[in-house]
Amino acid sequence: MKVLIPSALRSYTEAARAEADGATLAAVLDDLDRLYPGIRFRMIDEQNRIRAHIRFFVNGTQARDLAQALRPTDELVIVQALSGG
Amino acid sequence: MALDPKRPTAPNRHPLVMVATRKGAWFYRGDDARKDWRTDGPHFLGHVINHVVLDPRDGRTLLAAAKTGHLGPTVFRSTDFGQSWKEAAQPPAFAPAPAGTEGRAVDHTFCLTPGHPDEPDVWFAGTSPQGLFRSTDGGINWAPFSGINDDPQYRQWMGTAQDGTPDGPKLHSIIIDPRDPAHMVFAMSGGGVHESTDGGRTFRLAIEGLECVEGFDRNDPTFHDPHCVRLCPGNPDRLYQQNHCGIYRLDRPSTQWRRIGQNVPKEVGDIGFPMVVHPRDADTAWVFPMDGTSVWPRTSPDGKPAVYATHDGGETWQRQAAGLPADQAWWTVKRQAMTADRLDPVGLYFGTTSGELWASRDEGAHWACIAQHLPEIYAVEVAEPA
Repeated sequence: MKVLIPSALRSYTEAARAEADGATLAAVLDDLDRLYPGIRFRMIDEQNRIRAHIRFFVNGTQARDLAQALRPTDELVIVQALSGG
Repeated sequence: MALDPKRPTAPNRHPLVMVATRKGAWFYRGDDARKDWRTDGPHFLGHVINHVVLDPRDGRTLLAAAKTGHLGPTVFRSTDFGQSWKEAAQPPAFAPAPAGTEGRAVDHTFCLTPGHPDEPDVWFAGTSPQGLFRSTDGGINWAPFSGINDDPQYRQWMGTAQDGTPDGPKLHSIIIDPRDPAHMVFAMSGGGVHESTDGGRTFRLAIEGLECVEGFDRNDPTFHDPHCVRLCPGNPDRLYQQNHCGIYRLDRPSTQWRRIGQNVPKEVGDIGFPMVVHPRDADTAWVFPMDGTSVWPRTSPDGKPAVYATHDGGETWQRQAAGLPADQAWWTVKRQAMTADRLDPVGLYFGTTSGELWASRDEGAHWACIAQHLPEIYAVEVAEPA
Protein backbone atom coordinates (compact mmCIF):
# COMPACT_ATOMS: atom_id res chain seq x y z
CA MET A 1 0.00 0.00 0.00
CA LYS A 2 1.00 3.63 -0.30
CA VAL A 3 2.59 5.16 2.77
CA LEU A 4 3.14 8.89 3.17
CA ILE A 5 6.33 9.52 5.15
CA PRO A 6 6.72 12.66 7.31
CA SER A 7 9.81 14.81 6.90
CA ALA A 8 11.29 13.59 10.19
CA LEU A 9 11.53 10.05 8.82
CA ARG A 10 12.69 10.77 5.29
CA SER A 11 16.31 10.25 6.33
CA TYR A 12 15.32 6.58 6.23
CA THR A 13 13.24 6.48 3.05
CA GLU A 14 14.86 9.37 1.16
CA ALA A 15 11.40 9.99 -0.28
CA ALA A 16 8.03 11.33 0.79
CA ARG A 17 6.26 8.16 -0.30
CA ALA A 18 6.95 4.50 0.23
CA GLU A 19 5.29 1.20 -0.56
CA ALA A 20 4.84 -1.44 2.13
CA ASP A 21 2.77 -4.58 2.56
CA GLY A 22 0.87 -6.07 5.47
CA ALA A 23 -2.56 -7.12 6.64
CA THR A 24 -2.43 -4.94 9.76
CA LEU A 25 -0.89 -1.63 10.74
CA ALA A 26 1.72 -3.54 12.75
CA ALA A 27 2.59 -5.69 9.74
CA VAL A 28 2.96 -2.68 7.48
CA LEU A 29 5.30 -1.06 9.99
CA ASP A 30 7.31 -4.29 10.17
CA ASP A 31 7.59 -4.26 6.41
CA LEU A 32 8.70 -0.64 6.44
CA ASP A 33 11.37 -1.60 8.97
CA ARG A 34 12.52 -4.42 6.71
CA LEU A 35 12.87 -1.94 3.88
CA TYR A 36 14.27 0.88 6.01
CA PRO A 37 15.99 -0.60 9.08
CA GLY A 38 15.45 1.33 12.29
CA ILE A 39 12.41 3.33 11.16
CA ARG A 40 9.90 1.37 13.25
CA PHE A 41 11.62 2.01 16.61
CA ARG A 42 11.47 5.74 16.00
CA MET A 43 7.65 5.43 15.86
CA ILE A 44 6.87 2.47 18.14
CA ASP A 45 8.54 1.94 21.51
CA GLU A 46 9.89 -1.29 22.95
CA GLN A 47 6.58 -1.98 24.66
CA ASN A 48 4.79 -1.85 21.31
CA ARG A 49 3.17 1.51 22.03
CA ILE A 50 2.81 4.27 19.48
CA ARG A 51 5.15 7.08 20.53
CA ALA A 52 3.61 10.23 21.98
CA HIS A 53 4.12 12.47 18.98
CA ILE A 54 3.45 10.02 16.18
CA ARG A 55 0.01 9.56 14.59
CA PHE A 56 -1.23 7.14 11.93
CA PHE A 57 -4.12 7.89 9.60
CA VAL A 58 -5.67 5.29 7.31
CA ASN A 59 -7.69 6.82 4.48
CA GLY A 60 -7.99 9.97 6.57
CA THR A 61 -9.12 8.33 9.81
CA GLN A 62 -6.79 8.03 12.80
CA ALA A 63 -5.64 4.49 13.61
CA ARG A 64 -4.79 4.01 17.28
CA ASP A 65 -4.47 0.22 17.33
CA LEU A 66 -1.52 -1.55 15.76
CA ALA A 67 -3.76 -4.56 15.21
CA GLN A 68 -6.06 -2.61 12.91
CA ALA A 69 -6.65 -4.49 9.67
CA LEU A 70 -5.56 -2.84 6.46
CA ARG A 71 -6.24 -3.52 2.78
CA PRO A 72 -3.74 -3.21 -0.05
CA THR A 73 -5.74 -0.31 -1.46
CA ASP A 74 -5.61 1.71 1.77
CA GLU A 75 -3.36 4.71 2.11
CA LEU A 76 -1.39 5.09 5.33
CA VAL A 77 -0.30 8.57 6.37
CA ILE A 78 2.29 8.88 9.13
CA VAL A 79 2.18 12.22 10.90
CA GLN A 80 4.67 13.87 13.26
CA ALA A 81 2.33 15.46 15.77
CA LEU A 82 3.20 18.77 17.44
CA SER A 83 5.86 18.32 20.06
CA GLY A 84 6.70 21.78 21.28
CA GLY A 85 9.32 24.41 20.59
CA MET B 1 48.72 2.13 40.16
CA ALA B 2 48.71 5.91 40.55
CA LEU B 3 50.01 7.96 37.65
CA ASP B 4 52.79 10.49 37.96
CA PRO B 5 50.88 13.72 38.60
CA LYS B 6 53.66 15.85 37.13
CA ARG B 7 53.81 14.14 33.77
CA PRO B 8 51.22 14.70 31.02
CA THR B 9 49.95 11.42 29.64
CA ALA B 10 49.08 12.72 26.20
CA PRO B 11 51.11 14.69 23.70
CA ASN B 12 49.87 18.12 22.74
CA ARG B 13 47.43 17.62 19.91
CA HIS B 14 44.64 19.69 18.52
CA PRO B 15 41.79 19.06 20.94
CA LEU B 16 38.34 18.35 19.62
CA VAL B 17 35.51 19.80 21.71
CA MET B 18 32.16 18.09 21.15
CA VAL B 19 29.08 20.07 22.10
CA ALA B 20 25.70 18.36 22.43
CA THR B 21 22.69 20.64 22.51
CA ARG B 22 18.94 20.60 22.57
CA LYS B 23 18.94 21.14 18.80
CA GLY B 24 22.03 19.48 17.41
CA ALA B 25 25.75 18.94 17.87
CA TRP B 26 28.73 21.13 17.07
CA PHE B 27 32.43 20.33 17.05
CA TYR B 28 35.27 22.76 17.67
CA ARG B 29 38.83 21.92 16.65
CA GLY B 30 41.51 23.93 18.45
CA ASP B 31 44.92 24.95 17.21
CA ASP B 32 48.15 24.13 19.06
CA ALA B 33 47.68 27.05 21.40
CA ARG B 34 43.99 26.25 21.97
CA LYS B 35 43.33 29.86 21.07
CA ASP B 36 41.68 29.63 17.67
CA TRP B 37 38.82 27.23 17.12
CA ARG B 38 37.39 25.94 13.87
CA THR B 39 33.65 25.28 13.89
CA ASP B 40 32.22 22.09 12.44
CA GLY B 41 28.45 21.96 12.54
CA PRO B 42 25.63 21.71 13.00
CA HIS B 43 25.37 17.95 12.99
CA PHE B 44 21.84 16.56 13.44
CA LEU B 45 20.25 20.00 13.31
CA GLY B 46 16.98 19.90 15.22
CA HIS B 47 17.73 16.64 16.98
CA VAL B 48 17.95 16.56 20.76
CA ILE B 49 21.54 15.46 21.33
CA ASN B 50 22.26 14.54 24.92
CA HIS B 51 25.84 13.37 24.54
CA VAL B 52 28.58 12.99 21.93
CA VAL B 53 31.67 11.00 22.87
CA LEU B 54 34.86 10.12 20.99
CA ASP B 55 36.23 6.70 21.85
CA PRO B 56 39.60 7.35 23.51
CA ARG B 57 40.65 3.78 22.72
CA ASP B 58 40.78 4.27 18.96
CA GLY B 59 40.58 8.06 18.72
CA ARG B 60 38.15 7.89 15.80
CA THR B 61 34.80 6.34 16.74
CA LEU B 62 32.15 8.87 17.68
CA LEU B 63 28.85 7.96 19.30
CA ALA B 64 25.96 10.41 19.60
CA ALA B 65 22.83 9.94 21.72
CA ALA B 66 19.92 11.40 19.77
CA LYS B 67 16.19 11.79 19.60
CA THR B 68 13.87 14.36 18.13
CA GLY B 69 10.73 15.99 19.40
CA HIS B 70 8.68 13.43 17.49
CA LEU B 71 10.81 10.34 17.11
CA GLY B 72 12.08 7.80 19.57
CA PRO B 73 15.64 7.66 20.87
CA THR B 74 18.58 6.23 19.05
CA VAL B 75 22.37 6.22 18.88
CA PHE B 76 24.39 7.29 15.87
CA ARG B 77 27.92 6.18 15.14
CA SER B 78 30.67 7.73 13.01
CA THR B 79 34.19 6.62 12.25
CA ASP B 80 35.12 9.64 10.13
CA PHE B 81 34.70 12.43 12.68
CA GLY B 82 31.11 13.11 11.77
CA GLN B 83 31.37 13.27 7.99
CA SER B 84 28.94 10.37 7.92
CA TRP B 85 26.79 8.75 10.59
CA LYS B 86 25.14 5.36 10.82
CA GLU B 87 22.33 4.54 13.19
CA ALA B 88 22.72 1.76 15.76
CA ALA B 89 21.06 -1.45 14.59
CA GLN B 90 19.56 -1.92 18.07
CA PRO B 91 19.47 1.24 20.19
CA PRO B 92 19.11 1.01 23.99
CA ALA B 93 15.63 -0.30 24.80
CA PHE B 94 14.10 -1.92 27.84
CA ALA B 95 13.01 -5.53 27.72
CA PRO B 96 9.37 -6.06 26.73
CA ALA B 97 7.20 -6.21 29.82
CA PRO B 98 5.35 -9.42 30.69
CA ALA B 99 1.78 -9.48 29.44
CA GLY B 100 -0.55 -7.45 31.61
CA THR B 101 2.17 -5.28 33.10
CA GLU B 102 3.22 -1.76 32.27
CA GLY B 103 6.65 -1.75 30.70
CA ARG B 104 9.09 1.11 30.44
CA ALA B 105 10.34 2.71 27.26
CA VAL B 106 13.58 4.64 26.90
CA ASP B 107 12.79 8.32 26.39
CA HIS B 108 16.38 9.29 25.74
CA THR B 109 19.87 7.97 26.14
CA PHE B 110 21.51 10.44 28.48
CA CYS B 111 25.12 9.34 28.68
CA LEU B 112 27.53 7.20 26.69
CA THR B 113 30.65 5.76 28.33
CA PRO B 114 33.46 3.83 26.65
CA GLY B 115 34.41 0.62 28.41
CA HIS B 116 37.78 -0.45 29.71
CA PRO B 117 40.76 -0.30 27.30
CA ASP B 118 41.03 -4.09 27.58
CA GLU B 119 37.48 -4.35 26.19
CA PRO B 120 37.78 -2.17 23.10
CA ASP B 121 34.30 -2.73 21.70
CA VAL B 122 32.43 -2.31 24.98
CA TRP B 123 30.35 0.80 25.64
CA PHE B 124 27.85 1.59 28.37
CA ALA B 125 24.81 3.85 28.24
CA GLY B 126 22.61 5.40 30.89
CA THR B 127 19.08 6.40 30.02
CA SER B 128 15.95 8.20 31.13
CA PRO B 129 13.84 6.58 32.53
CA GLN B 130 16.78 5.14 34.39
CA GLY B 131 18.36 2.12 32.82
CA LEU B 132 21.82 0.70 32.29
CA PHE B 133 22.75 -0.68 28.87
CA ARG B 134 25.82 -2.15 27.22
CA SER B 135 27.11 -2.65 23.71
CA THR B 136 29.83 -5.19 23.02
CA ASP B 137 30.24 -4.32 19.34
CA GLY B 138 31.28 -0.71 19.40
CA GLY B 139 27.84 0.81 19.84
CA ILE B 140 25.98 -0.96 17.04
CA ASN B 141 23.78 -3.23 19.16
CA TRP B 142 22.70 -2.42 22.72
CA ALA B 143 21.13 -4.61 25.39
CA PRO B 144 20.05 -4.13 29.02
CA PHE B 145 23.02 -4.71 31.30
CA SER B 146 23.35 -6.28 34.72
CA GLY B 147 19.72 -6.96 35.52
CA ILE B 148 19.13 -3.77 37.47
CA ASN B 149 16.65 -2.41 34.93
CA ASP B 150 14.04 -4.96 35.94
CA ASP B 151 15.12 -5.57 39.52
CA PRO B 152 12.18 -4.73 41.85
CA GLN B 153 14.44 -3.09 44.44
CA TYR B 154 16.20 -0.98 41.84
CA ARG B 155 12.89 -0.07 40.22
CA GLN B 156 11.77 1.28 43.57
CA TRP B 157 14.95 3.32 43.97
CA MET B 158 14.71 4.59 40.39
CA GLY B 159 11.25 5.95 41.05
CA THR B 160 8.93 7.17 38.34
CA ALA B 161 9.04 10.00 35.86
CA GLN B 162 7.84 12.24 38.68
CA ASP B 163 10.90 11.50 40.80
CA GLY B 164 13.56 13.05 38.61
CA THR B 165 14.59 16.21 36.85
CA PRO B 166 12.00 18.04 34.72
CA ASP B 167 12.97 16.05 31.63
CA GLY B 168 13.12 12.76 33.48
CA PRO B 169 15.27 10.90 36.01
CA LYS B 170 18.69 10.02 34.66
CA LEU B 171 21.20 7.24 35.10
CA HIS B 172 24.56 8.96 34.67
CA SER B 173 28.23 8.96 35.68
CA ILE B 174 29.05 5.43 34.56
CA ILE B 175 32.64 4.93 35.70
CA ILE B 176 34.93 2.04 34.80
CA ASP B 177 37.99 1.66 37.02
CA PRO B 178 41.03 2.01 34.72
CA ARG B 179 42.77 -0.73 36.73
CA ASP B 180 39.94 -3.26 36.62
CA PRO B 181 37.09 -3.59 34.09
CA ALA B 182 35.04 -5.51 36.66
CA HIS B 183 35.00 -2.52 39.00
CA MET B 184 32.32 -0.02 38.01
CA VAL B 185 30.24 2.76 39.51
CA PHE B 186 27.10 4.46 38.33
CA ALA B 187 24.81 7.10 39.76
CA MET B 188 21.12 7.81 39.51
CA SER B 189 19.48 11.20 39.86
CA GLY B 190 17.72 10.33 42.01
CA GLY B 191 18.55 6.92 43.31
CA GLY B 192 22.05 7.14 44.73
CA VAL B 193 25.47 5.81 43.84
CA HIS B 194 26.05 2.12 43.14
CA GLU B 195 29.23 0.10 42.84
CA SER B 196 30.11 -3.31 41.44
CA THR B 197 33.33 -5.28 41.77
CA ASP B 198 32.16 -8.27 39.77
CA GLY B 199 31.60 -6.75 36.37
CA GLY B 200 28.03 -5.65 37.05
CA ARG B 201 26.74 -9.01 38.25
CA THR B 202 25.94 -7.43 41.61
CA PHE B 203 25.98 -3.89 42.93
CA ARG B 204 26.25 -2.46 46.42
CA LEU B 205 25.17 0.95 47.65
CA ALA B 206 27.82 3.65 47.87
CA ILE B 207 25.94 6.38 49.74
CA GLU B 208 27.59 6.36 53.16
CA GLY B 209 28.20 9.89 54.38
CA LEU B 210 26.05 11.57 51.74
CA GLU B 211 23.36 13.92 52.93
CA CYS B 212 19.88 14.01 51.48
CA VAL B 213 17.07 16.53 51.65
CA GLU B 214 16.06 17.31 55.21
CA GLY B 215 13.36 15.09 56.63
CA PHE B 216 14.15 12.02 54.52
CA ASP B 217 15.91 8.78 55.42
CA ARG B 218 19.60 8.90 54.44
CA ASN B 219 19.72 5.13 54.34
CA ASP B 220 17.20 4.98 51.51
CA PRO B 221 18.86 5.58 48.12
CA THR B 222 15.53 6.77 46.75
CA PHE B 223 16.21 10.10 48.43
CA HIS B 224 19.78 10.51 47.23
CA ASP B 225 20.49 12.78 44.30
CA PRO B 226 24.05 12.59 43.01
CA HIS B 227 24.40 15.12 40.20
CA CYS B 228 27.79 14.07 38.87
CA VAL B 229 30.46 11.59 40.01
CA ARG B 230 34.01 11.48 38.67
CA LEU B 231 37.02 9.22 39.30
CA CYS B 232 40.49 10.77 39.41
CA PRO B 233 42.71 9.35 36.66
CA GLY B 234 45.71 10.36 38.76
CA ASN B 235 44.47 8.33 41.71
CA PRO B 236 41.64 5.92 40.86
CA ASP B 237 41.04 5.35 44.57
CA ARG B 238 39.62 8.86 44.79
CA LEU B 239 36.14 9.89 43.64
CA TYR B 240 34.62 13.34 43.67
CA GLN B 241 30.92 14.03 43.59
CA GLN B 242 28.73 17.06 43.02
CA ASN B 243 25.50 16.20 44.79
CA HIS B 244 22.17 17.92 45.26
CA CYS B 245 23.35 18.35 48.86
CA GLY B 246 26.92 19.54 48.39
CA ILE B 247 30.35 18.50 47.13
CA TYR B 248 31.88 15.25 48.37
CA ARG B 249 35.05 13.19 48.14
CA LEU B 250 35.63 9.49 48.70
CA ASP B 251 39.07 7.98 49.29
CA ARG B 252 39.27 4.22 49.19
CA PRO B 253 39.53 1.93 50.98
CA SER B 254 37.07 4.08 52.93
CA THR B 255 33.45 3.74 51.88
CA GLN B 256 32.54 7.04 53.51
CA TRP B 257 31.88 10.12 51.42
CA ARG B 258 33.12 13.31 53.10
CA ARG B 259 31.54 16.67 52.38
CA ILE B 260 34.25 19.03 51.13
CA GLY B 261 32.20 21.98 49.91
CA GLN B 262 31.75 23.85 53.16
CA ASN B 263 34.64 26.17 52.37
CA VAL B 264 33.07 27.44 49.19
CA PRO B 265 31.88 30.96 50.20
CA LYS B 266 28.49 30.74 51.88
CA GLU B 267 26.94 33.29 49.52
CA VAL B 268 27.81 30.99 46.61
CA GLY B 269 27.23 27.59 48.19
CA ASP B 270 28.37 24.15 47.12
CA ILE B 271 25.35 23.20 45.01
CA GLY B 272 25.80 22.65 41.29
CA PHE B 273 25.64 20.09 38.51
CA PRO B 274 29.09 19.32 37.01
CA MET B 275 32.21 17.91 38.66
CA VAL B 276 35.53 18.00 36.81
CA VAL B 277 38.75 16.32 37.91
CA HIS B 278 42.33 17.01 36.89
CA PRO B 279 43.72 14.34 34.57
CA ARG B 280 46.84 13.83 36.70
CA ASP B 281 46.60 15.68 40.02
CA ALA B 282 43.98 14.07 42.25
CA ASP B 283 43.97 17.07 44.60
CA THR B 284 42.73 19.40 41.87
CA ALA B 285 39.09 19.58 40.81
CA TRP B 286 36.59 22.12 39.55
CA VAL B 287 32.90 22.80 40.10
CA PHE B 288 30.41 25.31 38.76
CA PRO B 289 28.16 26.43 41.62
CA MET B 290 24.56 27.41 41.00
CA ASP B 291 21.83 28.97 43.09
CA GLY B 292 20.26 26.16 45.06
CA THR B 293 18.36 28.32 47.50
CA SER B 294 14.64 28.94 48.00
CA VAL B 295 12.88 27.80 44.80
CA TRP B 296 16.13 26.50 43.31
CA PRO B 297 16.64 29.02 40.49
CA ARG B 298 19.57 26.93 39.18
CA THR B 299 21.24 30.05 37.83
CA SER B 300 24.67 31.46 38.53
CA PRO B 301 24.56 32.74 42.12
CA ASP B 302 23.59 36.43 42.08
CA GLY B 303 23.95 36.40 38.29
CA LYS B 304 27.75 36.22 38.64
CA PRO B 305 29.02 33.00 37.08
CA ALA B 306 32.26 31.53 38.35
CA VAL B 307 34.16 28.28 38.42
CA TYR B 308 35.53 27.20 41.77
CA ALA B 309 38.76 25.22 41.90
CA THR B 310 40.41 23.26 44.65
CA HIS B 311 44.06 22.24 44.67
CA ASP B 312 44.01 20.48 48.02
CA GLY B 313 41.26 17.93 47.68
CA GLY B 314 38.49 20.30 48.69
CA GLU B 315 39.99 21.85 51.81
CA THR B 316 39.99 25.27 50.14
CA TRP B 317 38.36 26.66 47.00
CA GLN B 318 39.41 29.51 44.72
CA ARG B 319 37.05 31.57 42.58
CA GLN B 320 37.96 31.56 38.87
CA ALA B 321 35.95 34.15 36.97
CA ALA B 322 38.46 36.18 34.92
CA GLY B 323 36.87 36.75 31.54
CA LEU B 324 33.41 35.60 32.56
CA PRO B 325 30.55 38.13 32.77
CA ALA B 326 30.85 40.22 35.93
CA ASP B 327 27.12 40.30 36.58
CA GLN B 328 23.64 39.88 35.09
CA ALA B 329 24.47 36.48 33.63
CA TRP B 330 21.78 34.07 34.68
CA TRP B 331 22.83 30.86 33.01
CA THR B 332 24.24 27.75 34.51
CA VAL B 333 26.09 24.61 33.42
CA LYS B 334 24.47 21.20 33.27
CA ARG B 335 26.03 18.07 34.70
CA GLN B 336 27.62 16.79 31.49
CA ALA B 337 28.47 20.24 30.14
CA MET B 338 31.88 20.82 31.76
CA THR B 339 35.08 18.92 31.15
CA ALA B 340 38.88 19.01 31.04
CA ASP B 341 41.40 18.01 28.42
CA ARG B 342 44.59 16.10 29.22
CA LEU B 343 47.09 18.70 28.06
CA ASP B 344 49.57 20.66 30.16
CA PRO B 345 48.41 23.07 31.39
CA VAL B 346 44.97 21.51 31.49
CA GLY B 347 42.29 23.09 29.32
CA LEU B 348 38.80 23.46 30.76
CA TYR B 349 35.58 23.77 28.80
CA PHE B 350 31.97 24.39 29.71
CA GLY B 351 28.72 25.03 27.88
CA THR B 352 25.88 27.07 29.25
CA THR B 353 22.14 26.77 29.31
CA SER B 354 22.10 29.94 27.19
CA GLY B 355 24.21 28.38 24.43
CA GLU B 356 27.69 29.75 25.08
CA LEU B 357 30.85 27.66 25.00
CA TRP B 358 33.64 28.86 27.27
CA ALA B 359 37.24 27.65 27.43
CA SER B 360 40.30 28.16 29.58
CA ARG B 361 43.77 27.07 28.51
CA ASP B 362 45.35 27.78 31.89
CA GLU B 363 43.39 25.53 34.25
CA GLY B 364 40.63 28.06 34.89
CA ALA B 365 42.71 31.18 35.54
CA HIS B 366 41.31 32.96 32.47
CA TRP B 367 38.23 32.26 30.38
CA ALA B 368 37.27 33.05 26.79
CA CYS B 369 33.98 32.51 24.99
CA ILE B 370 34.67 30.44 21.89
CA ALA B 371 31.07 30.08 20.68
CA GLN B 372 27.78 31.75 21.40
CA HIS B 373 24.16 31.70 20.22
CA LEU B 374 24.04 27.91 20.27
CA PRO B 375 20.95 26.09 21.53
CA GLU B 376 20.87 25.10 25.19
CA ILE B 377 24.00 23.04 25.81
CA TYR B 378 23.49 19.61 27.34
CA ALA B 379 27.00 18.16 27.21
CA VAL B 380 30.58 19.12 26.42
CA GLU B 381 33.34 16.58 25.91
CA VAL B 382 36.90 17.03 24.72
CA ALA B 383 39.23 14.50 23.15
CA GLU B 384 42.43 14.12 21.21
CA PRO B 385 41.49 12.60 17.85
CA ALA B 386 43.75 10.04 16.24
